This record gives sequence, C-alpha cells and structure tokens, in this order.
Amino acid sequence: MPQIFIDGKKIETKAGKTIIEAAYENGMQVPHFCWHPELSVAGNCRMCLVEVGSPKRSADGSVELDENNNPVISYIPKLQIACGTPVSDGMYVNVNNAKVIEAQEAVMEFLLINHPLDCPICDEAGECKLQDYAFNHSNGESRFVETKNHKDKRQKWGPNVMYDAERCISCSRCIRYAQEVAKQDVLSFVQRGDHVTIKVADGEEFDNPYSMNVIEICPVGALTSPDFRFKSRVWDMSFNDSISFADSTGSNTKLGVRNNEILRVQPRTNMYVNKYWLSDDARLNHYDFVNQNRITEPMIRIDGKLEKVEWQDAIQETAIQINKFKPSEIFFLSSAKATNEDNYAFQKFARQVVKSNNIDFFSHIDKSFEDNFLGVADRSPNSNGATEILGGSQSSNYKVNELAGAISSGKIKCLIVMEEDFKHHEHIIEHLDKLELLVVMYYNHNAVTNKAHIVLAASTYAEIEGTYTNKDKRVQHFTPAIVTKENMRFMGLKMSRLDKFGSFNDRWTQHEARNCKQSWKIIQAVANAMNASWSYKRSEDIFEEISSKLMGFKNMNYDKLDLHQGLILYRADRPDPILNNYDSHVMKPE
Amino acid sequence: MNNTKNTEAERLSFWEKIYIPEIAKGLGLTLKEMFKPKFTRQYPEERWEPEGSYRGRPVLVHEDSGERCVACGLCSRVCPALAIEVQAGETDKDKERFPAKFEINMLRCIYCGFCEEVCPEEAIVMSKDYELVFQSQQEAIMDKERLLVPVAQLQDRLEFLRQYR
Repeated sequence: MPQIFIDGKKIETKAGKTIIEAAYENGMQVPHFCWHPELSVAGNCRMCLVEVGSPKRSADGSVELDENNNPVISYIPKLQIACGTPVSDGMYVNVNNAKVIEAQEAVMEFLLINHPLDCPICDEAGECKLQDYAFNHSNGESRFVETKNHKDKRQKWGPNVMYDAERCISCSRCIRYAQEVAKQDVLSFVQRGDHVTIKVADGEEFDNPYSMNVIEICPVGALTSPDFRFKSRVWDMSFNDSISFADSTGSNTKLGVRNNEILRVQPRTNMYVNKYWLSDDARLNHYDFVNQNRITEPMIRIDGKLEKVEWQDAIQETAIQINKFKPSEIFFLSSAKATNEDNYAFQKFARQVVKSNNIDFFSHIDKSFEDNFLGVADRSPNSNGATEILGGSQSSNYKVNELAGAISSGKIKCLIVMEEDFKHHEHIIEHLDKLELLVVMYYNHNAVTNKAHIVLAASTYAEIEGTYTNKDKRVQHFTPAIVTKENMRFMGLKMSRLDKFGSFNDRWTQHEARNCKQSWKIIQAVANAMNASWSYKRSEDIFEEISSKLMGFKNMNYDKLDLHQGLILYRADRPDPILNNYDSHVMKPE
Repeated sequence: MNNTKNTEAERLSFWEKIYIPEIAKGLGLTLKEMFKPKFTRQYPEERWEPEGSYRGRPVLVHEDSGERCVACGLCSRVCPALAIEVQAGETDKDKERFPAKFEINMLRCIYCGFCEEVCPEEAIVMSKDYELVFQSQQEAIMDKERLLVPVAQLQDRLEFLRQYR
C-alpha cells in the first residue's frame, strides 16, 4: 500500500489511485472543476494543480536528510494535476502552498476572462462551483479590460436541458457524462481557443431518460433545467432528504421546497443505490401530485355528495360503518406506495382489530421503463416492503386479482383502500359501485375517491417520515419536506427562512398547511375508535415494533438506516461500509 | 440635601416673590425671538425636500427601456425584516430574468437601506418619499406598479450613492 504525504499529513492509499482520489477518500479537498469520480479523467480545467515531489536520494540510494533530520524533497519543477497523477509510494504533495495558490489564482483569472459574471441573472448562483472558488481561490480582481467574448444563450439541447454557451467553462463533464454514463454520444466541443463551445451533433437532440443529470454536474450555470428556470433562488428554498417515489429503485433525492410547494427534485449521493444520478422521470413527474389537486380535509358522503367534516367525526363514522360488516366481507387494499410503517399498521388493523385476513396490494408494472441503468419496471417505491410486511405465510383469503370477482359476486361488501390510485388496474374501478362501503385514504381527488363513501385525507411521501424498501430489499429512511397541520411543529426548523418567519399578512406564505394525516395515524385513530388501544406517537415507534416482530427488519432502527444509507432486509447485522460521499458542489452555507 | 426651607415660597427671594421683574424678563425674551428667523414650517402647505442622503420609501428604478431590476433576489435575502418578496420570470431580452412579481411590505420595512446597498444593478434605491399612510394591511404591500419610479426623479439619490461606490 503506497503511503503519500499531503500537506505533511500521512495518507495510506491504494496503488493506481490518483492524488485527488486519495485526498477525497481521506476527507481532504483539492479544488477542481472537470474531475468527477464517476467520469473519466479529462484534466482540462487545470484547477487541481498541486506540487508533487519525492525524497532526494544520494548516490548510494539512501534518503538525504537536512539538519533537522527531515528528508530533503525534490519537487517536480512544474505543478502537476492532482486528478491525472497516480500516487506512488513516498510521494510528497503540497495542496496549499504559495506556488499552488498562485497557480489557482491564475487559473481562476483565466476562467473568468470570458465568463459573463451575470450571477444576478444566473440560476446557479448560490450553488455555483465557480462562484465558490471565485470567493475562496481567486484574488478577487480582474485585469482584463478588453471586451468579453459573447456566445449564444438559451440553446435548447433537448427537451429537458438548456445551454448557455457564455457561462460554460469548458470542463467537458457533460460531454463525458453523455458518452460514458448516459451512453448517448451527441455532445462535442467545436471551435478553438476562447471561441470553444459545446454543440449537439447536427440533427440530434440530447434526449435520453437521464439527460438532466448534466445540470447537477455542470459546475457553473451553463446547463439549466427548463422545468426549474427562474422559479426560485436556491437560498429561499429548504432541501430535505427524501426517497424517489417514482419506482422501486429507491433513488435518494433532495426535495427543494418554497412556499410549501415542491419546486425541484434532485439526486442525493448513495453509492449503493443511484450513485450520483436520477432519472428525468423521477425529477419531473412525481411532485405535481403533492402540490396540486389535494384532498385537504376528511370527507363523508352525505346525500350523495362528499362533505368536508372534522377528523373525529370522520373517524367515528368510519368505525361505525366498518362494524356493520362481518370480517369476511371486508377487503383491505394495502399499497406498495405506502411506507413500511403504514403497511404494518394497516395489516395489524385488519388482522388484530377487524380480525379479517383479506389483505393484499396491487403491483404497478410498466415494462417501458426497464433499462440496464436505474430504470425498473416496478413503478411503486415499496413493493418489497409491502410483500415482507403483509407476509407470504399468512397469505390473504382473496388475492388482489380476485378482487373484482369477489366484489361483483357480493362476497366482498366493504373495501378499505390505503394510498392506492388503481393505476394499471383501472378495470376494477367500475366494480366499486357495487360496494356497500368504500373507505379511501388518498392524497388526490380521482375516480376512486369520487365513488368513495368516506374519504380520509392522507399525507404524501413528502409530508411524512418513514421507510421504503427498494428493489434490492434495501430499507431506506426518509423525512418530511412539506408542512401539514399535523407535522407543523416538527417542521419548524426544516423550513426555509421565508417560510419559517412569514406571518399572516405576508403574501409569500399564503400556502396551504393541509389538514391531512399520515396513514398510520388515521388507522390508529380508527382502531382506537373500535376499542383497540394503540399508542404509537411517531413513525419510529412503529418501526421499532416492526424490527422486533419481523425477522427481515431485525436490528434496524432509524439511526442505523441513516448512518449506513439504508440496510438490506435480513442483513442488518452485516451493513455495507460507510463511504465518504463526494459532493461536487453544495450550497453554502447550509 | 441640606435644605431647611421646605416650600417654594420660603426658597424665593423678595424680588422673585413679587413676580413683576420676572414677567418683564420673559416678555423681553419673547420680543427678542420675534425678530429672529423662524424654524417651524407650515407642514401640509409647505413641504420639506430631503437631501439625497435621506432614506425614505424604497423604490424600483424605471428607465425608458423598462425596469433595471433582474430579480436576483439579493434584496429579499438581505432584508432583515423580510419585507421584500421577489418572483422571477423569463423574458426575451438580453438580461433573461425580470421580476414577475416584486412586492415590498411597508409595514415590515425598517428603512435600513440594505436592499439598496446590496443591489448589483442599482435598481432599488431609497426615495425621498416619507409620507406613508395606509388604511389597511393589504394597502401597505406595494406591488411593482407602485414601486416603479422614473429614473429622472431619483437623480439626487443616485448621485449620492455614486460617491460611495
């Protein structure tokens, strides 16, 4: 194992690593623009120049020592790029001395010559690597008095990516991403010198299911998202950790929220799941339902019309109505879109309170999303968790595919639906008319809630704390990003400054704090109205019970899930090693 | 205090007790002041024109080509009282960004002038407007229409600011 010294600190590393990799794995930073751990080394930004040397040896091969008995180092006269220089045993590296700083300042000055410096207009401001480095590694003044070079703004590379040639610093990250990760080799440098720009090949579009990742890896604001352009400043938003709702990949995400609306979904690094990437579908298509068309209050059908009621009335009514049926006439439709905690509470309610074993869930399969990268056919985030929790051994009397038949033959008279929209199973909706009681816990108004007798307003994944189990059976913990009446106190510190301190006469806080509840809380209230005595206070209480009762979840708790970025079912005692995650550029200060 | 005389009458001297010389002194002062220049102002009719250094209501600079503001949001960020709300939009102009919505809540504003100081485009400045009366909370929230002021009216302030740039 080679030992190298970075700024005098001894580091053990593996042969074949580059200096920048060795530094990052040991928590040290080398300024850089073009290097990215998942992409090939280009070495064209010159920002990571460092001084490299090795101990001087005498003619007999012994190391020369100075008067203080320290080895005399002979440095390579010119600086080397840390991203392209492999480590060798006994190497001495200076990342921070005067010579290196002079080089960094020169590189920054050079990069800023033709950069338009339009930070007030640019969407990247506040999370821009060039901006951060201009503050930290530049002398702050320009000696350039000539006219700047102007290039084309607002070029559309594809449906989801906009390019501003002026702001580009030609790091080639996007070109390498398109070649190596997205496998759509359509981007290339054209022209030379200060006229260099990036073009999409003639007659082509940069259009693939993962195109928007170039927006995150772009160190400047050259690549922006048409979906988010000019919507909000990043410092006005709060970013909370979540898990993608799109599919069973379980990609780790951050939800950008302002005014209680999700404005942006971004990937969060998890080397065991999605690495640094996120599919365009997960970014664009799974937050509108949180923002719009929400069921904000519980509702009961009175004289054929759904009327808003108080929670306690809705709960009482639900309990009274459910008690009118025999347990065998009730079907509990659980959901692969609900968390492990909600599924556990639901099956406990069915099996222990109502004493019915008619419980199953729909799977949502769409083969068109399948690929050999992050895409999978399973379009629900928690199907493995639902399977594990509902339990194969105590399998249901009716399977979900017998549901339509059982309803039309009158064997099932009451259906209780938790967080299920019947997508991919629309043919069942028409049979729901025959039910005597349909109770729905859901977030949006849709064809099913229109037929329901009791609608209980459920919280979406962005409003709750819980766990999902992904396609690799990795249980991952996520926290809320959006305020509801129920979680308002808990969310106080997690909101952005504007949302936190707005008052009733500020128009920017005219958002809705919806009166919806996490499904297990609704279920607990109904169970208690039916003479059970449940006393869960937080999602964590339910998860503790799950981990003590179900073998798969043994030894798991929220702290461990956070620490290891998820644990795999039945393998909680053998977690994956904790990695030092690389962050290309993060908004500062936090 | 070593004061054995307890009442006002006991403390006064003879001449003070008879009042007449004191009244004459007072009237003398009044007469003297009558011929000096006046410091008061007949306010509603006679208005005060503040200097360029005065920090009145913050306004947006309006030029012939439109507003200067590019909706960068720095004023909103720096505002210690959270008085400013900016929502950007996209235009076809050279500067792609413009304020689709720009509101200052004058009930929150504390006239500190940070917004003016931080503005990279010299687009928001403190005007000389000090007559701020509202009949409702909603009326106190100024929208873009009420905030935009032609640049000609703001010359004093802009010149004042230039000394410190």
